[in-house]
Amino acid sequence: MDKIYVPPRSLRPVSTHYCPGCGHGLAHRLIAEVIDELGIREKVIAVAPVGCAVIAYDYWDFDCSEAAHGRALAVATGIKRVRPQNIVFTYQGDGDLAAIGTNETIHAANRGENLSVFFINNAVYGMTGGQMAPTTLLGQKTSTTPEGRSAQVQGYPLKISEMLALLPGVKYIERTGLYSPPEIIKTKKAIKKALMNQVEGVGFSLVEMLSPCPTYWGLSPQEAMSWIKNTMVKEFPLGVIK
Amino acid sequence: MKRSRKTEVGRQKILMTGNEAIAEGALAAGCTFYAGYPITPQNELIAYMSVHMQERGGVFIQAEAEVAAINMVFGASAAGARSMTSSSSPGISLKQEGISYIAGAELPAVIVNIMRGGPGLGNIAPAQSDYFQATRSGGHGDYHCLVLAPSGIQECYDLTALAFELADQYRIPVIILGDGMLGQMMEPLAIKSEVGSQKSEVRKEWALTGCQGREPNVAKSFYLKEGALEEFNLKLQKKYRQIQAKEERWEEFLVDDAKIVLVAYGSMARIAKAAVKAMRSKGKKAGLIRPISLWPFPKQAFSKFLAPGTKSRAPRPNFLVIEMSYGQMLEDVQLVVNGRAEVEFLGRSGGGIPSEKEIINKVNKIYHG
Repeated sequence: MDKIYVPPRSLRPVSTHYCPGCGHGLAHRLIAEVIDELGIREKVIAVAPVGCAVIAYDYWDFDCSEAAHGRALAVATGIKRVRPQNIVFTYQGDGDLAAIGTNETIHAANRGENLSVFFINNAVYGMTGGQMAPTTLLGQKTSTTPEGRSAQVQGYPLKISEMLALLPGVKYIERTGLYSPPEIIKTKKAIKKALMNQVEGVGFSLVEMLSPCPTYWGLSPQEAMSWIKNTMVKEFPLGVIK
Repeated sequence: MKRSRKTEVGRQKILMTGNEAIAEGALAAGCTFYAGYPITPQNELIAYMSVHMQERGGVFIQAEAEVAAINMVFGASAAGARSMTSSSSPGISLKQEGISYIAGAELPAVIVNIMRGGPGLGNIAPAQSDYFQATRSGGHGDYHCLVLAPSGIQECYDLTALAFELADQYRIPVIILGDGMLGQMMEPLAIKSEVGSQKSEVRKEWALTGCQGREPNVAKSFYLKEGALEEFNLKLQKKYRQIQAKEERWEEFLVDDAKIVLVAYGSMARIAKAAVKAMRSKGKKAGLIRPISLWPFPKQAFSKFLAPGTKSRAPRPNFLVIEMSYGQMLEDVQLVVNGRAEVEFLGRSGGGIPSEKEIINKVNKIYHG
């Protein structure tokens, strides 16, 4: 019998440490599938973040570097500049990319580095216990905003993708949601475009994925998917931003 | 500030600042990646790199921050390139995070610190106040950087080239520790043919190059499983013991019959040497130990004075440690001497530099109370 659905070569056959219903497993797999489809596994160098995906290199089966918290795009810049023939991407959470690493993010984008960025926005710090992230919604309860995020006290959810879209060095930005089969297929297409842009030398490309975190949203996996669809997209509208 | 430089190999000497000689030494050693951020008094270095790195086919990036610069070096080094960053004291404080990660991921890298006055923003005068930060682990965790301290423009070039060799050999960050005086003064420099040719083609099997024909490589410093980090740290410690056994470097000057041995490094050693010569001309038996490697600290330079003596052995000399800081290298000398001889101290920092006269006065005081 023909197998019509097999694990991607670029993903190791191991179980992950992610919680049930977490979006990281989906995102890891989509990236691995695209890398297989583009036939670039042996050219890829990924940069893993500090956050829940800190050991992404235990799951992906290609060359990877760690980066200090927030520094993934500086590390990726160093790698890509000395090895322009390789395909270099970063995989970063909201705290990593849009709080402690905002400087690295903005300047790598502004230099127009020919890199692909996969940005997992789940509106919380997952690995450290569900604290407020730069992308936490107003009113959202986290372990450091027990009464809910207040604009007066903690400011507003940071729309870093829209900010980055203003920069001439940025060539492609799309926001997608990991909450339904059609949206997951769109996400895969966006990942492919971001990597193809790099292959073709187009320049800085970023895919922001709204990603479920049932554990720190206090929801079931299914409710978490619905929360992205019904609530999160109001603050972070889906689609091609640039 | 593009100046035409004759950098052909040969006997010809060219006039350069220490900052430029460090950059030239790096390029001669095959450094192909530099990322830096402007800060006085090391600006000649980044400016020199901006002109000459691209000329020679390498990558120059003026980074958005010191933190980004050192993390770019992490990436470039992980991808197999000989990589360097440079800064001055406040900027080096910012780089400590990256240096710790580089040490933890066992990546080679060269970091230049042209020290200025501190703490805080301090001033831009020469100082040696970052000795502790450089020779202990300046960032978090149990690690060491190998630290080399040039005292002239030729050594800026030579030791920087050596730093790349040692960094690759031991997969360790190497710090070139200079100061604002050394960085900005000019002296003749001989470009040596052997530096370029020594450019070792170390096979970097660990480098991230894409996993064609091999298992994937990972550059990381994260060891979460129980016992894994301790095992890794013990491996690092073993490497550090090897470095301590093999890589002590120092210069001795008229120490054999000395009654007073000055101990100074970098620019400070130049002034100390002048003081030794002046004292010798007056018949005073003074000498100098100039540590070149600050970590590992050159303990062997002291051992001949401190070995258990016979009755016929001449009395042990006194040591006078002289720094542009307030007693940092002093602690390493005290640890080595361990109470077996007198150790005196003369230091100034924050813009003050102990002069030849101050040194001689201090020696006279030691002799005559």
